[in-house]
Amino acid sequence: MATVSIREVHKHYDDFHAVKGVSLEIKDHEFVVLVGPSGCGKTTTLRMVAGLETITEGRVLIGDTVVNELPPMDRDIAMVFQNYALYPHMSVYDNMAFGLKMRKFDKAEIKRRVDNAADILGIKDHLHRKPRQLSGGQRQRVALGRAIVRNPQVFLFDEPLSNLDAKLRVQMRVELKKLHQRLGTTAIYVTHDQVEAMTLGDRVVVMKDGLIQQVGEPLDLYNTPANKYVAGFIGSPAMNFADVIIAQNGSGLVAANNAIKIGVPEHLTAPLGAHVGMPATFGIRPEDLRIADGSEPSTQTFEAVVEVAEQLGSEILLDVSCGPNSMVASVDPTVRVKPGEKIRLAFNPKRAHFFDGTTEAAVRG
Amino acid sequence: MIEGEAWRRWVYFRIPLALFLIFLLFPFYWMVITTFRPDGELYRPWRAVNYTPFWTWNPTLDHIKYLFSETMFATWMWNTMFIALASTVISLFCGVLAGYALSRLNFPFAGSLGTGIFITYLVPQTLLFIPLSEIIRNYKLGDTPWSLILTYPTFLIPFCTWLMMGYFKAVPKELEECARIDGASRWQAMLYIIIPVAVPGILSAGIFAFTLSWNEFIYALVFLSSPEQKTVPVGVVSELIRGDVFFWGPLMAGALLGSIPVAIAYSFFVEHYVSGLTGSVKG
Repeated sequence: MATVSIREVHKHYDDFHAVKGVSLEIKDHEFVVLVGPSGCGKTTTLRMVAGLETITEGRVLIGDTVVNELPPMDRDIAMVFQNYALYPHMSVYDNMAFGLKMRKFDKAEIKRRVDNAADILGIKDHLHRKPRQLSGGQRQRVALGRAIVRNPQVFLFDEPLSNLDAKLRVQMRVELKKLHQRLGTTAIYVTHDQVEAMTLGDRVVVMKDGLIQQVGEPLDLYNTPANKYVAGFIGSPAMNFADVIIAQNGSGLVAANNAIKIGVPEHLTAPLGAHVGMPATFGIRPEDLRIADGSEPSTQTFEAVVEVAEQLGSEILLDVSCGPNSMVASVDPTVRVKPGEKIRLAFNPKRAHFFDGTTEAAVRG
Repeated sequence: MIEGEAWRRWVYFRIPLALFLIFLLFPFYWMVITTFRPDGELYRPWRAVNYTPFWTWNPTLDHIKYLFSETMFATWMWNTMFIALASTVISLFCGVLAGYALSRLNFPFAGSLGTGIFITYLVPQTLLFIPLSEIIRNYKLGDTPWSLILTYPTFLIPFCTWLMMGYFKAVPKELEECARIDGASRWQAMLYIIIPVAVPGILSAGIFAFTLSWNEFIYALVFLSSPEQKTVPVGVVSELIRGDVFFWGPLMAGALLGSIPVAIAYSFFVEHYVSGLTGSVKG
């Protein structure tokens, strides 16, 4: 087990700058998830840690060792691939034993470790089978087993669950989490699925265009996103946005466009004071919206037209339009509204977000 | 499979398939029937009342006996087998390594080198035998099996390289990456993972190479002269066609016996070879 330090790492492919100076300190035993859309550089970063891609610039350390020039076999890591990459001509046992054989472990020790891993993963009955005789979930377990028998310093996961169907993915996600709690090995996990990132990670790293947007614990990212991109990426359904202009209104501030006019919450008045007359983006999560009951001040409500009501049982998702913006509100399941109906939505002022109109960085109180 | 009523299956599937099979297998059938037909029937004029071109009532082994007693057919078979096997092994060895390198190692000019190798395959043998015969003469290899074992790879290696390149490209890159993380060197990853996975591709390349060298005619005709050195295709043609006299019985017997090893090789590996050509790697 070890720490991993990624320091100012760059990756160039000919004239494409895939990773643009990523720095990240991963603590011992930590489970860190890199998340972002495809092409954001997350997989490239992981492959540089694995030694499968050369590092154009910067340094990667595992423990105290700079590993830039070390071949993958000498980095003491294990990697689980998206397509499992099981050796098709070998039995499950041989698949799991291969890494130990290559490292010249004696036969008894190999058997002990493989049996132990098979036990943990519940694949003991399949050890003599070939990978093609296994289901997707079982193959995934073999790929995990192959990683854990080696007892490496760091686990690397490259979208290991994306080839599984939705139900199995949820199940394997829980198993992965349990496995990490049991083994405690430092892990770096790459995914494009923000739900996986939120549920698995001790810390989550949101990446875009080769740059880190924000690093933090899952709820920090959710509650205090650093910029509009993170705010929109984390959370499902996504945060609602409306482009507004900030204006002075007596002692307070208002944020308005041609459809809404809302008061800026008190704790944001000071930092947004510098934005008067300038564009900004108002952001509010669906669950922080509700149908106004008349008790709220009018500065905390705005009018919207219902387009679709999605009944989910535990809640209703209202797709509404307010002027140029479409929004989603998660409301109480007892609410009855019809498409085309005009409603007033109230928002929780403490949970309102504002982002700078040009830099898109969050404005904080 | 064609769905629907029975007549549709007959019209669109079974009858065309049968016609196709007859078209393909008729030469082989003709070869078989001529082999076992006595000379008296073979040279009977077509207007004769008892002329039966597609069948014989008096099968005989005379032509096969003639082949083994009056010609050096057994020696030719052995020569052909030795030459075909040796050149196949050489070509497979080179082709597998070259195919792996061209498809997996990123080195400068890999693409143009691959194209270059392919272009050498396009040079016709009927042109190439002229300079090659000069080389064979200079190295004093004429009239020995080595003249063929060393020249067949000139067209077999490009062929095997291209087939293997395609096959290696279909093997997921992650297999090798995983092996390298598991502690294998590049060489070990190739030996323990990539090559075993590529066995169907290697087998089909091998069968093709074997067939091409088994059937090769022009180099064998030019580079070999004494009867005891000849291969089956050349031996049969040069010893059983004398002037304008064709010994059809022994000729066809030679062709039939000569095609048996290739047929056996194909039937043994047919499954591997189909998956080798369709390039499927199941993970």
